[in-house]
Amino acid sequence: MTTDTLTAVDTVETIHPGWVRICHWINAFAVLVMIGSGWQIYNASPLFDFVFPRQIALGNWLAGALLWHFAAMWVLVNNGIVYVTLGIATGRFRRKLFPIRPNEVVADLKAAVTFKLAHDDLSHYNAVQKLLYSGVILAGVVIVLSGLSIWKPVQLQELTALFGGYDTARYVHFLAMAAIVGFLVVHVALALIVPKSLRAMITGR
Amino acid sequence: MRKRRIIPGVDAKLLIKDATNLMPDASRRGFLRGAASLGALTFLTGCDIIDGETAEGVLRKISEFNDGAQAALFSHTKLAPTYPESAITKPFPFNAYYDEDEAPEVDGKTYKLEVAGLVENKKPWTLDELYALPEVSQITRHICVEGWSAIGSWQGTQLSEFLKRVGADMRAKYVWFKCAEGYTNTIDMPTALHPQTQMTFKFANRTLPRAYGYPMKIRMPTKLGFKNPKYVVAMEVTNIDKGGYWEDKGYNWFSGL
Repeated sequence: MTTDTLTAVDTVETIHPGWVRICHWINAFAVLVMIGSGWQIYNASPLFDFVFPRQIALGNWLAGALLWHFAAMWVLVNNGIVYVTLGIATGRFRRKLFPIRPNEVVADLKAAVTFKLAHDDLSHYNAVQKLLYSGVILAGVVIVLSGLSIWKPVQLQELTALFGGYDTARYVHFLAMAAIVGFLVVHVALALIVPKSLRAMITGR
Repeated sequence: MRKRRIIPGVDAKLLIKDATNLMPDASRRGFLRGAASLGALTFLTGCDIIDGETAEGVLRKISEFNDGAQAALFSHTKLAPTYPESAITKPFPFNAYYDEDEAPEVDGKTYKLEVAGLVENKKPWTLDELYALPEVSQITRHICVEGWSAIGSWQGTQLSEFLKRVGADMRAKYVWFKCAEGYTNTIDMPTALHPQTQMTFKFANRTLPRAYGYPMKIRMPTKLGFKNPKYVVAMEVTNIDKGGYWEDKGYNWFSGL
């Protein structure tokens, strides 16, 4: 067998290469910690007329939540940098996520809500998936940058200004969290409805 | 050397007001609760991280690493944004771990600021002597560790100017502050020497009211609110980190902005 055929076999059978799966699960861990501790931090000075139940907020009180948040941020950011760099460098983002055509999104969305969307080929993303995966990567970038601008509104004040100042950056950070949580609800529900997609993210096939 | 107690014993009578909502009772303290999220983590990682002095130790170490990262990011010349008078938050909030009517009442006539540690001149300072120091003014944003912020106007003298006058060893690592009610706070020397770090005697051009720290607070727009001590009665230039009230309870030590 030549190297060429090996590679060919690989691309046919592997849905998610190793680096995607490793980054995915590290990210899942970091995101859960960031969201859980973030809810606890939010509760110390709520932006809206509600707080998150203590039972689902991480860290027990503000100091604990901040320790978790500023520990997991290193995991989230470093893993995110590796993922986005490899996603661009290997051409995976370009191949898998683009182009996103509005008419295809509408058609696939219709098919999805009527349970007619095919999942035969997991290596190919439908238009709704493309939109959601690109969107959540974008939300990830926004949440990291708005988070930095809340954490360091003096040293990184230019970034904070870009988000409309300290107080506005807190709202941006919250809304990016809400977008990611919304994604997660759909994402996890669909992974459970199509279990082979979960298997593919664990074993690669 | 840093003194840190992640699960501290807390003087119960100090736990009033909003601190009560923020800090659980001693029996429920600790940073590892939050059943649902931790349950999900345990499921994901396949290991039980709830049980954990180890996890708390790791979190504490990372927080110390974050102190270093923030010190590296800190710029001596980068100034906190300043605002016009129209932007001042009215009324500027009172905030402490006790109620406003329980705030210390310091007698200005007998007040003396003690200066200790690595300084040439340890003579205590009266208020009149402090008021005679050159005045600077700032309208900056006070940002609380809880997330809220408020813009205030503070007048006083640069801490760097004062440290120069008392012949402080500027190579020392820390400046420690002690307050009338027993609150304490340690800051790094680079922050102490930052041009906007101020020994504050006035709020909005009037003598600092009791609620905001009469007779003196230390204003640092480069640090979170709890690192800005009020009712300061003593300071010490030192190479030993003596920690602080909230830092010892788990808030990040550097807490830079």
